[in-house]
Amino acid sequence: MQAEAKQTDQEVRHAEHSEFVSFTVAGQAFCLKITQIREIRRWSPVTILPHAPADVLGVMNLRGAVIPIYDLSARFGLQQTEASERNVVIVVSVHGKPVGLLAESVSEIISINPDDIQDTPPVDSRNTMEYIQGIISHDDTMVRIINLDAVISAPEQVMP
Amino acid sequence: MSGSIQDTFFEECEELLEATDEGLTAIEGGDHDPEVVNAIFRAVHSIKGGAGAFGLDDLVAFAHRFETVFDEVRSNRLDLDEKLIQLLLRSSDQLSALVEVARDGGEIDEAHNDTLLAALDEYIPEEEEDLTFEPMGLGGPAPMMDLGDLGGAPAEPQEETYRIRFQPLKEMYGTGNEPFFLFQALKDLGELTVTMDENELPGFDAMDMAEAYLAWDLVLVTKETRSKVEAVFEFVEGLCELSINGDGDAEAEANALAALDAMFAAPPAADAAAAPEGEAPAAPFEPPVPAPEPEAKPAAAEEKASAPKAESGKQEQRGGPKPTLRVELERVDRLINAVGELIINHSMLAQQIANLNVSDTRDVETELEGFKNLARDIQEGVMAIRAQPVKPLFQRMARIVREASAATGKTCKLVTEGENTEVDKTVIERLSDPLTHILRNAVDHGVEKPEDREAAGKSKVGEIRLSASHRSGSVCIEIKDDGAGVNRPRVKQIAIEKGLIPENAELTDGEIDNLLFAPGFSTAKEISNLSGRGVGMDVVKNAVTGLGGRINISSAPGKGSTFTIILPLTLAVMDGMVVSVADQTMVVPITSIVETMRGSDDMINSLGADGTLLSIRGNFVPICDVAGALGLYRESDQQAGVYLLVETETGQRCALAVDDIHDQRQVVIKSLDGVCGEIPGVAAATILGDGKIAMILDPESIIAASPTAAAFDTERRMSNAS
Repeated sequence: MQAEAKQTDQEVRHAEHSEFVSFTVAGQAFCLKITQIREIRRWSPVTILPHAPADVLGVMNLRGAVIPIYDLSARFGLQQTEASERNVVIVVSVHGKPVGLLAESVSEIISINPDDIQDTPPVDSRNTMEYIQGIISHDDTMVRIINLDAVISAPEQVMP
Repeated sequence: MSGSIQDTFFEECEELLEATDEGLTAIEGGDHDPEVVNAIFRAVHSIKGGAGAFGLDDLVAFAHRFETVFDEVRSNRLDLDEKLIQLLLRSSDQLSALVEVARDGGEIDEAHNDTLLAALDEYIPEEEEDLTFEPMGLGGPAPMMDLGDLGGAPAEPQEETYRIRFQPLKEMYGTGNEPFFLFQALKDLGELTVTMDENELPGFDAMDMAEAYLAWDLVLVTKETRSKVEAVFEFVEGLCELSINGDGDAEAEANALAALDAMFAAPPAADAAAAPEGEAPAAPFEPPVPAPEPEAKPAAAEEKASAPKAESGKQEQRGGPKPTLRVELERVDRLINAVGELIINHSMLAQQIANLNVSDTRDVETELEGFKNLARDIQEGVMAIRAQPVKPLFQRMARIVREASAATGKTCKLVTEGENTEVDKTVIERLSDPLTHILRNAVDHGVEKPEDREAAGKSKVGEIRLSASHRSGSVCIEIKDDGAGVNRPRVKQIAIEKGLIPENAELTDGEIDNLLFAPGFSTAKEISNLSGRGVGMDVVKNAVTGLGGRINISSAPGKGSTFTIILPLTLAVMDGMVVSVADQTMVVPITSIVETMRGSDDMINSLGADGTLLSIRGNFVPICDVAGALGLYRESDQQAGVYLLVETETGQRCALAVDDIHDQRQVVIKSLDGVCGEIPGVAAATILGDGKIAMILDPESIIAASPTAAAFDTERRMSNAS
């Protein structure tokens, strides 16, 4: 029964390519499954949350909902992004809540054959291992697939 | 489907239990009106009926005994003495508990249940004890509920002949009722002759398939009582035209008719509300029964009019069947959100028009003003939907006080006032725990033992007064006991022992009283199972502040203590002062601001290395820099030049330093729950006219977070002490 389910699953995987949206964060290429993304907005100044950690930029008004905005670059342990109008906020839904992710720019939509996804090779950073689900090669560049659930952990605790 | 019916059942149970409680409270207050007893009987009976349909055996068994005792009372075979009333009150509590267990799961306190059952049994005549209730299956054949004289068959059953005229309305068929089953049920009672009256049946061409044309004339010869006959038609009440004429004497008939009227007077709205939910063929329980029966008993109504308390409320509740609508809470909440958006949208529009640089905007502004007023109207209307009277909450509190009194061996009575004060539903829900805690405390620690009370020249029975009222845009809930008051020397001693205050601290009475709210403070010598489970009044305080409210205590030795809870009317909007702090726009709740002022250098006095005081008309108040408390840094040329004088719950004043004040306006509260964790100093967020989010500050926690103000506080205490 289970084996059967697995097989069908694989058949589907063989048959269907998934679409991913690629974008750059601190000069590196990342991507997210298109179904995870709710919308992409131009960056506009956010309201600072007092006592928030460096990778939480603040909160933004998304049609009446208050959503937190994370600096993906800082989250990945890269340098903090100097947010400007050229940057984008990718609104995703994690743990049932909308969350905004600041990225440098959005590149394109790429179609990925699941078989082409390579496991993240072991690197020295535990965070990187957790945050990156896998990597793919696209137009000779390495695109990193983000593990959204790991990047944005459930109920964020923002404490000093 | 059974899920939704069961939900409806539990919803109705709430109402029925409320009616039971209300009735019992009236009886306890000396109102022995037979209609009150009847109302309780019917409520309990309906609970039993519904519980039977869902196979809730414990509930059925208990409700049955309870109901049987009531039937004895109803037929004047039992006197409502003090002992019985107390038992009935406890039983009603137990009934609520059983309903809760049936709904939410959990354990039944078997021992307590059995004790009560045994106590109830003492009031039930022998032969009735093993009468069991037949649960009725949904849509099962005959709705054979033994409503009525469960309490004992007449001594010598006599044969009686009933002439019944039964004419179903089409709605009766619409709800899946079938005359045949009713006749079958009647036949079980005795000898039945059925004659069909087809006079109204039109020709085949003119016949409307959905219409009801048939009527029946029935002659029933039975030894059973009239109420049993009526009970057969219980589930088609309002769905048919029915007359039952017995051969009995005229008086009995009049009584029975009155009873029948009463029974059938349930508001049709209840049926209508139940129907669209995809109901079972036979509605599994009666519609909520605390229905008005004005025609049936004008005398009783007059009596009620002379009853002393909660007058207008009672009239309103019983005065007429107000059509009501049961709506899912979620729908209302969606509406509330949308209205919140509307208000934000309005301020955005206003701001953008102001930015347009058009010379003459007067016309637009007039229209915009109209828009604003309409939006406010809608908002108030929508909020009113969520508003509910505090009555059910207060009734539950009566139960808490009874339980607490029983557990401590004290006698206390709860007097409630302003039960019809309406408060937001969420506020009511979240008030339940703090109120429970305060009341338990009042019984456990506040009210003295009966002998001590007598010695102090007070009545043996402690009185706890629970009142609710509206006070200029907020709700005020007061819990007042006539006990011994706060034992201040002891409270202080404990606070010192627990290290909450320095040993040589000198505190005012008010400050000592407020120590009760300090975290980890509990005055009970040993942990009783009633109050003082390691959590203290600080939990109460947190719950109240969590609702955006404040709690105060005042106490007079030997005379009692009063807890005052002030709550905002709604949780969705509030009036706030829009200020700027270090380039950020923020909102301070208007309720906490005493006054605002622009400061000048000569008003500021340094105290020690970094303490600063603001002098206001000769008084010195510590200054708390909001930016500093929130960890924000302002550009060097900016200065916090405006002060908001706020008062904390302990009565301590503090001046919040902000950069500027912009506006005072109503803001929509957006919770930050789930967006981020708790931020010290921030209560929630709101969306301003320009679409930006602004933090709503919590002055209390800003002061706590501010190093200078907090330091000053200890400094002052120490300097007071030395």
